[in-house]
Amino acid sequence: MSPLLGEVIPVTSKLGYPLLTFLVFLPAMGAVVAMFVPARRPELTRAVGYVTSVATFGMALFLLTQFDTNPLKPGFQLFEDHSWIGALGVRWTLGVDGISLFMVALSALLFPVALLASANISKPKSFTIWMLLLESAMIGVFLALDAMVFFIFFEFVLVPMYFLIAGWGHDNRRYAAMKFFLFTMAGSAFLFAGILSVAFMRQHSTHVLTFDVRALTDWAAAHIHGGTAKVLFVAFAVGFAVKVPLFPFHTWLPDAHTDAPTAGSVVLAGVMLKIGAYGFLRFAIPFFPQAAVDLAPLLLVLAVVGITYGAIVAAMQPNLKRIIAYSSVAHLGFVVLGVFALTNQGISGGLFTMLSHGLTTGALFLLVGMLYDRRHTYELSEFRGIWKVAPVFGGLFVAATFASIGLPGFSGFVGEFLSLLGAFLTSRWYVVVASTGVILAAVYLLWAVQRAFTGEPDDANRATPDIGAREIVTVLPLLGLSLFLGFYPKPVLDRLQPSVEALIHHVELNSDYKAPTVPPAPVAAPEQGTGK
Amino acid sequence: MFFLDQAWLVPLIPAISFVVILLFGKRMPRQGSEVGVVAVGASFLLSCGAVVRWILRVHDAEGGSALGAFGRSIGRIGADHAEVPVLPVLHHVTWFQNGGVRLTAGIQIDGLAVVMMFVVTLISLLVHVYSLEYMRGDRRFTYFYAALSLFTASMLLLVVADNTLQLLVGWELVGVCSFMLIGHWWEEKPNSDAALKAFLTTRTGDIGLLTGVIMTFFIVQRATGVGSFNIVALNQAVSDPSSKVGHTLILWCAAALMLAIVGKSGQFPLHTWLPDAMAGPTPVSALIHAATMVVAGVYLGARVYPVFFHGFSIGDGGVNPMAAIGGITVIVGALLAFVQDDIKKVLAYSTISQLGYMVMALGVGAWTAAVFHLFTHAFFKADLFLGAGSVSHSGSHHSFDMKTDMGGLKKYMPQTYKTFVIGTLALAGIFPLAGFWSKDEILVNAGHNNYKLFLVIGLVGAFMTAAYMTRCVYLTFHGEYRGGHEPHAIPHVDEAEHDPIDTPASVEHDAEVHPPHESNRLLTGPLWVLSFFAVFAGFLNFPHFSRFEKWFQPRYPAGFAEILHPVAFNPILATVSVLIAGAGIGIASAYYLGKLPQGLSERNAIARAGKRFLVNKYYLDYVYENVIVAGIKGPISTGVYWFNQNVIDNVLNYTGRGAQALGRATYEYVDQKGVDGLVNGIATLTGESGGEVRKIQTGRLQFYALVLVAAVVIFAGVLWIST
Repeated sequence: MSPLLGEVIPVTSKLGYPLLTFLVFLPAMGAVVAMFVPARRPELTRAVGYVTSVATFGMALFLLTQFDTNPLKPGFQLFEDHSWIGALGVRWTLGVDGISLFMVALSALLFPVALLASANISKPKSFTIWMLLLESAMIGVFLALDAMVFFIFFEFVLVPMYFLIAGWGHDNRRYAAMKFFLFTMAGSAFLFAGILSVAFMRQHSTHVLTFDVRALTDWAAAHIHGGTAKVLFVAFAVGFAVKVPLFPFHTWLPDAHTDAPTAGSVVLAGVMLKIGAYGFLRFAIPFFPQAAVDLAPLLLVLAVVGITYGAIVAAMQPNLKRIIAYSSVAHLGFVVLGVFALTNQGISGGLFTMLSHGLTTGALFLLVGMLYDRRHTYELSEFRGIWKVAPVFGGLFVAATFASIGLPGFSGFVGEFLSLLGAFLTSRWYVVVASTGVILAAVYLLWAVQRAFTGEPDDANRATPDIGAREIVTVLPLLGLSLFLGFYPKPVLDRLQPSVEALIHHVELNSDYKAPTVPPAPVAAPEQGTGK
Repeated sequence: MFFLDQAWLVPLIPAISFVVILLFGKRMPRQGSEVGVVAVGASFLLSCGAVVRWILRVHDAEGGSALGAFGRSIGRIGADHAEVPVLPVLHHVTWFQNGGVRLTAGIQIDGLAVVMMFVVTLISLLVHVYSLEYMRGDRRFTYFYAALSLFTASMLLLVVADNTLQLLVGWELVGVCSFMLIGHWWEEKPNSDAALKAFLTTRTGDIGLLTGVIMTFFIVQRATGVGSFNIVALNQAVSDPSSKVGHTLILWCAAALMLAIVGKSGQFPLHTWLPDAMAGPTPVSALIHAATMVVAGVYLGARVYPVFFHGFSIGDGGVNPMAAIGGITVIVGALLAFVQDDIKKVLAYSTISQLGYMVMALGVGAWTAAVFHLFTHAFFKADLFLGAGSVSHSGSHHSFDMKTDMGGLKKYMPQTYKTFVIGTLALAGIFPLAGFWSKDEILVNAGHNNYKLFLVIGLVGAFMTAAYMTRCVYLTFHGEYRGGHEPHAIPHVDEAEHDPIDTPASVEHDAEVHPPHESNRLLTGPLWVLSFFAVFAGFLNFPHFSRFEKWFQPRYPAGFAEILHPVAFNPILATVSVLIAGAGIGIASAYYLGKLPQGLSERNAIARAGKRFLVNKYYLDYVYENVIVAGIKGPISTGVYWFNQNVIDNVLNYTGRGAQALGRATYEYVDQKGVDGLVNGIATLTGESGGEVRKIQTGRLQFYALVLVAAVVIFAGVLWIST
C-alpha cells in the first residue's frame, strides 16, 4: 500500500453516519426546498438559502473538529464507500484528507457570505437555487474519491456557474459565460480522456474496472511509465491548467470575472480556481510521479510567467474588477510554483495560498461589488476620493489590498513565503523571478487604490454612501480570518502536513526524485545566554 | 533580568496601543493621542531599563562590580574587552512549523538591540509629544496617532528580532506605515504619488531581502545541517572558517541583502524616493525618514555583518560594492542638497548623504563607527527636521520654501534658531558635538583599514555637508524676512493648509493675523532634548574612554567579534576634518554674506550645465518615471495585453468562429436533412455565443434548475437503492 493512502480504512466512517454525504447533499436539499417556495415570497427563498448554507458551514466546522490531526495518519478520513453503477465500476466513494479539508471548509464559508452579499439581487429564487446546487457540486468535487464521480461534479460545477454569469452578470455576460463554458469544457475533454485511459489500461491489465482514486493511483504510479505517462500527465495537466488557470489558458478568467455577479466572482475566485490546483495534487502528480517530476520545469515556467504576466497585464487595466481578476492569475501562479517545487514547504505553501487567496480575493470582490452597487461601474477613471466620503469602506478596501499583496500579518504572506522557500530548494532562479511578482502586486493594486480612493471626490462620487452593517458582516469574517491565519497559521499547517508528506513520499517511491529534505529542527533548541 | 528577558514587551505595548487607538481613539478626550504617548513612554522606560541592564551585564561578564561599569576610569578598559564573550539574551517561541522548517518569533537582546531600542523609543516619544501641537486639528488626527503607534511597534519588532524572517516582517510593516504616513494628506495627488513611489522603490529592494532571507536559511542549513533563520546561527555559520558554506552562496546572499539596504536606506541609485517622502507631515519625516526606518538598512547590515564582511571580502581592503555604494551616496546626496530651495529636501538629501556614510562605514570594516554614527545622526537629524517643522508651523506660514517664505527668522524664533544651529554644527562634525566623534571614527577606520579612497570621500563629504548646512541656516534664519506675503499654493508641502475648516490652527496662524513667532513648548521641548543629545551623545566614544564600543559592540559569536577591529583616535585626522568642515562653513558664509563672486551659474556655461544636472536630480527620476514605470504602465503592459487579446485569445476566437462555422454548416447541411439533434444543440450554443441575444427568462431558468434538481434526486435515489 502506498504511503499516500494510509491504512486500510473501514467502509463506513467512525461517526456511524455519512457526514461527508450529508455535506455534499445538504445544499442540494436546500435547492429542492427552494423550488417549492413560491416566487412571490423572495424573503422565504433567501431564508432557505441562508439557513442551508449556514447549516452546511456548521457541518464543515464539525468536520474540522472531527478531522484526526494525528501526523501518523496521512490517509483519507471519514471514508465512505458504496457501490453505485456496478457495471461501470463507478462507486460512491468519499473521503477527506489534509489536501481537501480546507477547500471544503472554504467553500462552505464562502457560500453563505456570497448569498448574504447578494441580498438585493433580482430573481432571488432561481439565483438561490443555482447557488445551492453550485455549492453541492463544489463540495462534491473536493470530497469525491472516485474519479468518475469527481469528473461528474467537476463538470456539473460549470452548469450553475454558466447560468449565474449569463443570468445575473453585467454587459458582456453572454460572451463571458460562453467563453468560460467552452474553455473549461475543452479542458475537461482532455481530463475525461485521461481518466478513461488510466481506468481502461488498468482494466486491461487486472481485468477489474474501477475508478477508485486509490486503486488507480497505486496502479498508475507503478505501471505507467515513460512516454505514455507523459502523454497522460499532459492530458490531466491541460484539464486542470485551464481551471487554475495557468498561462496561456487564462484568458477566460478576466472576462468571466468582469461580467460575473459579485457572488459568482467570489465563488469563482474563491474555490473554483482551486479545483485545478487540487486536481494536480490529487490526480496528475500521484498518478504519474515520474512524468510530474520530468515535466515540473515546464509547469514552473508557466507558473512564473503567470505571476509576472498577470501582474503586468493587471497594471494597465482600466477596470477595477479586471485588475483583481488578473491578480488571481498571479496568485495562482504562486500556488503552482509551490506545488511543482515538489517539496514539503512548497506544496504546503501552495495549499495555504489557495486558502488565503480565497479569503483575500473573496473580500476584494465583495468590496468591488459594493462599489458597483453604489456607482454602477467598475471603471477606475470614474472613481475619485471614495475614501474621503466612505472612510470605513476605504479603510477596509485598503486592508484587503494589503492582505492581497501578501503583507506580513495577513495569511497571504505565510503562503507565498512558504511557496518561495519550498521552491528555492529545487528551483532557485524561478524564485528570484517570482519574487518580482510580489513587488508588481503592490504596483497594480496600490496604484488602483490611489486612483479610486485618494484625491478629492468629484461630484459623481461625493454622495457615495459608506459601508452598511450587512456588507460589513460579509467582509469582516474573510479579512479577520486572513489576519488570524497570518498570525497563527499552525492549525491549518498541522492538518495539511501529514497528507503533504505522504504525497511527497509517494512521488519519491515511484520516481527517481529525491525531495531535498530539511532535517527536523530539535524540539527545544538550547537557549543561549538567557538572563539569570 | 526583567528588562532584557522581557524586552518583547517593548514592541508589544505600541502594538496594543495601535489597536486601542484604531478602535476607540475617536471617542477619547484627546482623540487617542494620550494612548499613543503613554504607550511609547512606557516602551521608552523599558528600553532605558534594558540599556542599563545590558551595561551591567557587560560589566558582570568582565567580573567587575556593578558600580564600576559607570565609574571605572580610563585605562585598562579598551585593551582587554575583546576576549570576554558577552552572550546576547535570546528567547523565542515557535510561530509555526512546517516539515523540518521551524519558524520562530523571538528576541535577541544585545548591545546593538538596546541602542536601537533606546533611539527608536526616545525619538518616537518626542515625535508623539511634538505632534500633539503640530498636528492639532488635523482631520485624521486619531488615524495619525494609530499609524505612529503601528510604526513604532513594527520598527521595534524589527530591532529585537532574533531571526531574519521576523526582521523581514518588521521591515515590510514599517514600509507600509511609511506609505500610509507619507500619503497622510492623500487628498492631494502629489502626496499619494510620493507615498506610492516610496513604497514601490523600497519594495524593489525587498526583492533582495526576500531572496536574501531565504538564502540565510540555507546558509545555516549547510553549516549545521539544520536550516534556520536564526541570526546568531547565521553569523556563526558564515564566520566559522571551517564552515561548509561556500563563498559563492555568501556572496549571493550579501548581494541580495545589499539590494534591500539600497532600497530602504536611500542609497544610490534607489535614493530618489526619500526626498519625495517629505510630502508627509514633518514629525513623520523626523521619525521615519531620518532617524529610524531609513536606518533599518544600516541596522540590517550591522545585524548580519559577517555575511557582508565575508561575502564582499571587506577585510581585504580595496573597493567593495558596499563601500562603493555608500561612498557614491555620500557625494551624490550632498551635491543635491546644494540646489534645494525646500528646507526639508535639503535635510532629506543630507540624510541620504549621511546614510551613505553609515553604509560606507560598514563597507570599510568600521562596524562600531557605523552604528555610532547611526546613533548620533538620529538625534541631530531629528532635531533639524523638527526644527524645520517648527519654522513652518510658526514662522513661514506652513511653507517649506526657504527662498520665498523664510529668512531672518533668527530674531523671531530664537529657540528654534539655537537648536537648529546646534543640530547643524553636530551634523557638520564640529568639535566637540556628536557628529564630530562619529564621523571622525568612520574616517579614521577607513584610513586604517586601507580604504584611503573612502577616507578622501569622507573628507570631501564633510566639507560639502558643512557648506550646504550653512546655506540652509543662512537662508532660513539670516538676512531679511521674505515671508508675510500671500501664501501661495505649493500643494505637496503646504501642511495643514489643506482644509482650513478642519484646521483651526492654520487659521490662527494666518499670515495677515500674526507675524512669525516662536513655537510653543510642545514643539521647542523636544527640540531641546534632541539638542542635548546632539551635543553630548558623542562623548560616549571619547578616545580611550570608548564606552560605546565597550558596551555595545557584539562579542558573540566569536567569529563576529574577531572581525571588529577598533582603531585608535587620530588627533591629526580629527583636526584636519574639523578644519575642513570649518572651511565649508566659512566659504559658504562668505558667499552668502556677499564676499565671494556671485552668480557663477549665470555666467559660466559649465557651471550652469552642472546646476541643471543637479536640479534635475541626475535625471534619475526621469529615467525611473518616464522610462521604467511609464514603460511598465504603458507600452510594456499594453504590448503584453495586446498579445493577450490578439494572440492567445484569438486562438480561442478563431476556434470559436470555426466551431460556429462548422455548426452553421452542420445546421445547413446535416440538420436541415433532419439527422442529428445533438448537433442542433451545439449549433444553438455557438449561435448564442455569436451574439444572438435571447433573454433567459425566469421560467426557463427554473426549468433548467428543475431538471438539475431532478437529476440530483435521481442520482441520490440510485445511490440509496444500490447500497
